[in-house]
Amino acid sequence: MSVPILKVRDLGVTFRTGDRTTIASTEVNFELAAGEVLAVVGESGSGKSVSALALTRLLPPSPSCEINGSIKLNGRELVGLTEGQLSKVRGREIAYIFQEPGTSLNPVYTIGFQIGEAIELHRPEISDRRAAVLAALRDVHIDDPARVADSYPHELSGGMQQRAMIAMALACDPKILVADEPTTALDVTIQQEIMDLLARLRRERGMSIILITHNFGIVANFADHVQVMRKGRIVEHGPTAQVMGDPQHEYTKGLIACIPRLGQRRHRLTTLKDELKVS
Amino acid sequence: MNSPAQPLLEVRDLSVHYPGRTTWLFRKGAPKKAVDQISFTVPRGKTVGVVGESGSGKSTTGKAIIKLAPLTSGLILYKGQDIGGLPNHAFKLWRKKIQMIFQDPYNSLNPRADILGILSEPLEIHFPELSEADRKDRCAELLAGVQLSPDFLTRYPHEFSGGQRQRIGIARALAVQPELIICDEPVSALDVSVQAEVVNLLQDLQAKLGLTYLFIGHDLAVIEHVSDHILVMSQGQIVEQGSPAEILGSPREAYTRRLLAAVPKF
Ligand SMILES: Nc1ncnc2c1ncn2[C@@H]1O[C@H](COP(=O)(O)OP(=O)(O)OP(=O)(O)O)[C@@H](O)[C@H]1O
Ligand SMILES: Nc1ncnc2c1ncn2[C@@H]1O[C@H](COP(=O)(O)OP(=O)(O)OP(=O)(O)O)[C@@H](O)[C@H]1O
Ligand SMILES: [Mg+2]
Ligand SMILES: [Mg+2]
Repeated sequence: MSVPILKVRDLGVTFRTGDRTTIASTEVNFELAAGEVLAVVGESGSGKSVSALALTRLLPPSPSCEINGSIKLNGRELVGLTEGQLSKVRGREIAYIFQEPGTSLNPVYTIGFQIGEAIELHRPEISDRRAAVLAALRDVHIDDPARVADSYPHELSGGMQQRAMIAMALACDPKILVADEPTTALDVTIQQEIMDLLARLRRERGMSIILITHNFGIVANFADHVQVMRKGRIVEHGPTAQVMGDPQHEYTKGLIACIPRLGQRRHRLTTLKDELKVS
Repeated sequence: MNSPAQPLLEVRDLSVHYPGRTTWLFRKGAPKKAVDQISFTVPRGKTVGVVGESGSGKSTTGKAIIKLAPLTSGLILYKGQDIGGLPNHAFKLWRKKIQMIFQDPYNSLNPRADILGILSEPLEIHFPELSEADRKDRCAELLAGVQLSPDFLTRYPHEFSGGQRQRIGIARALAVQPELIICDEPVSALDVSVQAEVVNLLQDLQAKLGLTYLFIGHDLAVIEHVSDHILVMSQGQIVEQGSPAEILGSPREAYTRRLLAAVPKF
């Protein structure tokens, strides 16, 4: 693959609340090439979201939250940039589909207003913003875009909110898209449409994608590389076929054995505890 | 009244229609038929799975059962009694028996309460006889059930990962020992191992206490695993229902077939 556009070295994130310290992630190292899809899988609470949010510091300010290490975007160090400098990186350079739509959609504005705002900010050359908003919603397979555009977030289903957020992130036309569990609220037919859309954007625009997911079906069909996280660390990293077909780390092996599969109904679902003795 | 044949929950001709809004250009939008004349039953001690298109009315159906969505018409019969028509104060008595695990944990947890507070609140209301120490023990036990450490009791909702928050919502629903739990995508944010732990916990509780579940989900393998009966929804209606073998083995509806075809293969 070509030269990396993103190089992350020894990234660590530590939260401090009162006298409590939580090391959310530590010694995170990876590179991302233009047009590459890197999947991040692993335990719930292992630091996947926090590490991704740290890239543009979408986290509480210091001293409640400390970020260490180095994050280089096209050779430019992001760690230590001011809030003003980082706000220019967010959106156009690195855009996010957040894990929980509820955390990022503003409850007091309509969906159309919020997508329109993203378009105005990042693509000022577009003149007919209403048409662009409706097109963005149609792209994410919303079949009644006018109604959805005029709705407030609480008037939409979980999957519609998720797709509205995807539309908002894509409206920024980012170089790197961080997609944090982008299809959890979607049925598999729409999930497939959304993944096809992301694959097309990656092909046409050379957009790189950091895809955080618990869905191994998506990983297998979509990612070039996979990184497996556990307790704040990357325990395994490699090309998708290798990690999924011949996992090296005990945790990865166990996790893959726990995947429930359609048509193979069992009495109980397999957990890591049944699979192996990983501490 | 408690004949074994009587389902725990029966929903008859339920509709939830939202009025259209007057929008820009002052055009009145058409009303949205979120749920349109659906009927189904949930037998005691069983799990009814619900799958379907995004926006097809699954969450609205669940919310209508506990009066969080406005009933346009229809009956909600719980042990034969119509609870859909009850005024709010009378419905309170049933709220302990019917709990909901919400699809959006972030907006369903009080941001100003710590986890001990969030889990204690329903216990204080419904089990006032518990001492403070007993209540705390019970909260720690609930967290352990969903694979979270008791250390988390003093943390606030924003200090958790998405999957951790989802599990707090599950612990809260289990706190008051309900009879029926409406589970709206309860395990969608969990890795496959923790997901398995939580699903096994729900099934153990079902075997031990006879809990009944209405289980909304998008992961067909999980739905197949938990369900005794499956409803397939599309555009506010139930388009097909049957046993997991019928629905997933030989689906009749075009939508169900498309759904099965879209499951990623690997
Ligand atoms: N604001 C915060 N303050 C303190 N701790 C936090 C905060 N945000 C996250 N954490 C902790 O950091 C750890 C990593 O969280 P993160 O959200 O990255 O997990 P994740 O891998 O994305 O999990 P999931 O799959 O459940 O979303 C967790 O243990 C979480 O409790
Ligand atoms: N308060 C409301 N006002 C107006 N319309 C609403 C409201 N709540 C829901 N709707 C509409 O009702 C329809 C059904 O929504 P619902 O949340 O039940 O879908 P769902 O099947 O749960 O979908 P998902 O799988 O995406 O969560 C959607 O079109 C939604 O926009
Ligand atoms: Mg996360
Ligand atoms: Mg829903």
